[in-house]
Amino acid sequence: MDIDRDTLQQLYYYLKLTRHLEDRVTSLYRQGKVVGGVWTSNGTEAVSVGFSYALEKDDITAPYFRDMGAFLIRGITPRRIIAQYFGKKTGVSGGKEGNVHIGDMNFGVIGFPSHLADNYPVAAGAALAFKIRGEKRIAAACTGDGGTSRGDFHEALNLASVLKLPVVFFCNNNQYAYSMPHGKQMAVKDVADRALAYGMASEIVDGNDVIAVYTVSKKAYEKARAGDGPTFIECKTMRMHGHSEHDAAKYVPRELLEEWKKKDPIQRMEKYLIENNMVSEAEMKEIDERVRDVIEDAEEFADKSPYPEGKEALEGLYATPIGRDKES
Amino acid sequence: MKEITYVEAIQQALWEEMERDDSVFILGEDIGAYGGAFKVTEGMQEKFGEMRVLDTPLSESGFTGAAIGASLVGMRPVVEMQFADFISCAFDQIVNVAAKNFYRWKGRTPIVIRAPYGGNIHGGAFHSQCPEGWFFHTPGLKLVAPAFPSDAKGLLKAAIRDDDPVIYFEHKYLYRRIKEEVPEDDYVVPIGKARVVKEGSDISVITYGAMVHTALDASEKLEEGGISLEVVDLRTLLPLDKETVFDSVKKTSKVIVLYEATRTGGVGAEIAALISQEVFEYLDGPVQRISAPDTPVPFSPPMEEYYLPQVEDVVEAAEKLVAY
Ligand SMILES: Cc1ncc(C[n+]2csc(CCOP(=O)(O)OP(=O)(O)O)c2C)c(N)n1
Ligand SMILES: [Mg+2]
Repeated sequence: MDIDRDTLQQLYYYLKLTRHLEDRVTSLYRQGKVVGGVWTSNGTEAVSVGFSYALEKDDITAPYFRDMGAFLIRGITPRRIIAQYFGKKTGVSGGKEGNVHIGDMNFGVIGFPSHLADNYPVAAGAALAFKIRGEKRIAAACTGDGGTSRGDFHEALNLASVLKLPVVFFCNNNQYAYSMPHGKQMAVKDVADRALAYGMASEIVDGNDVIAVYTVSKKAYEKARAGDGPTFIECKTMRMHGHSEHDAAKYVPRELLEEWKKKDPIQRMEKYLIENNMVSEAEMKEIDERVRDVIEDAEEFADKSPYPEGKEALEGLYATPIGRDKES
Repeated sequence: MKEITYVEAIQQALWEEMERDDSVFILGEDIGAYGGAFKVTEGMQEKFGEMRVLDTPLSESGFTGAAIGASLVGMRPVVEMQFADFISCAFDQIVNVAAKNFYRWKGRTPIVIRAPYGGNIHGGAFHSQCPEGWFFHTPGLKLVAPAFPSDAKGLLKAAIRDDDPVIYFEHKYLYRRIKEEVPEDDYVVPIGKARVVKEGSDISVITYGAMVHTALDASEKLEEGGISLEVVDLRTLLPLDKETVFDSVKKTSKVIVLYEATRTGGVGAEIAALISQEVFEYLDGPVQRISAPDTPVPFSPPMEEYYLPQVEDVVEAAEKLVAY
């Protein structure tokens, strides 16, 4: 697939924005400014950036908690995201929900509940609606390797395959589910093998190669859009931080991290762009500055934003308020 | 006696029961070498081996079902949910298989499910819930919810030795925040028995879990103004110890039911209903319910604080009630 210069630079921009935003959030967490814990996609950014940038505007996505790139690419602003980390009123959820539990149907993003793979069947359902209505839209869902051991994951794959739904399922296989390495989670070598059982096409892709993830996603989306059914895509990558920022991850062999450090998705993309003359020095500088400015602006915005009032906790339970709830 | 924390009490009970009975084993996510998300099982795999401190895939329904199966053939599994919130993934196994085995076909199902629950830790909607109400409506289960280290230890031992499925609600907020002297010898706290943790004469506060401590703090504050609270810690939610509750109501004639779960249709509602039906003539005022409102647990600190019942809420309700 020929990818134009602008797309390549955008992929690079979002990789950097994701990395730097999460890095910033991590240091804000260490300063005690973040409410709750922090989980990042560090080292695996190419997964969410690749599959999200390949979506069309009207498509729907159901990311999981290591898909910061998806939120950013869909158009959820860093301002609203950092404000969400701070529990501010201007955060995506107005303070109701925690940091990476981001959802906003205005941007085609289905909100993530902690329960891993819960949104796999939900994404299939969005795809079902597109199919019923004859729309050329597709849905893309993502979960971690650990989440693929849940029943909802398996039921979703089977359902989507039987109904030939326009949905593409991604797995960010970062080789660990919290402290559990691959071999303690499943007896199959590749997560993609799971799709076989449901008669679903699958792909394995280098999850640290944003161009590869983007390309394979595009292909699967086109196939789904054409009515040729779902695909499961395993993105092989490596979680470079602890499960969360309070986990030192002593259970991960240092050599493994050393090995994967060399495959850093951002450095790799940078090298590719330079070697192929896809970015000038000035453009590179401009991207770096843009990333820095966007994050600085977002942090300042979040800092200055007010907290919600306590009693706002009572608001917004129902979409169609009944009786007395109407008054509040 | 040694002073230990709530989480140490849970650890002691697990260690001692594992040492006492080979049929006891524990299973769950990240509980082995890692020692669990809350480090409750730290060091246990080293001591008891990989088969008795068993790391499972991320499959709540699968490993809960497996625990049920193992229990039917003579084991006494203790399941760790990483957070009580994830228990919903195992709902069917708990409410349809475990809860109904004995009644339907005398299938003895001695499992314990440890459920770290509760808010006040800025965990948001999926790491703060009090899901006891979901199971309170399920005959066949036993539900316990200790508030003190001594009860945490004694109730966990009792739960492990019990022949029925028990959900053991351990409050995360209490883990490392409260200490108490706990007997070092083997003892159990019987399931189905509430405890009056503070005697008083004006108002009974019927409560459990972290809210017991809220009630005790309120009691201290109210004491200054001459209002005397009696605090009843339910300890077991299912089956409820009606007698202890009724005895306290008969003594004070005024009741506050205090709980952290959402308001409608839960433990608090049941207690209020029981009181009004069975000891109505002793009441001098309406039963007051203090609980979380009927919404998911909000994330932002001002909202979470508003959401959770506070000492001031109890003080306010008591002052209102005393006027009757
Ligand atoms: C159903 C369920 N059980 C337990 C958890 C607690 N938990 C959060 S993340 C995690 C590990 C997830 O591993 P994986 O799916 O590989 O995603 P990763 O964190 O590696 O991106 C666990 C056990 C959860 N979120 N959902
Ligand atoms: Mg993983």
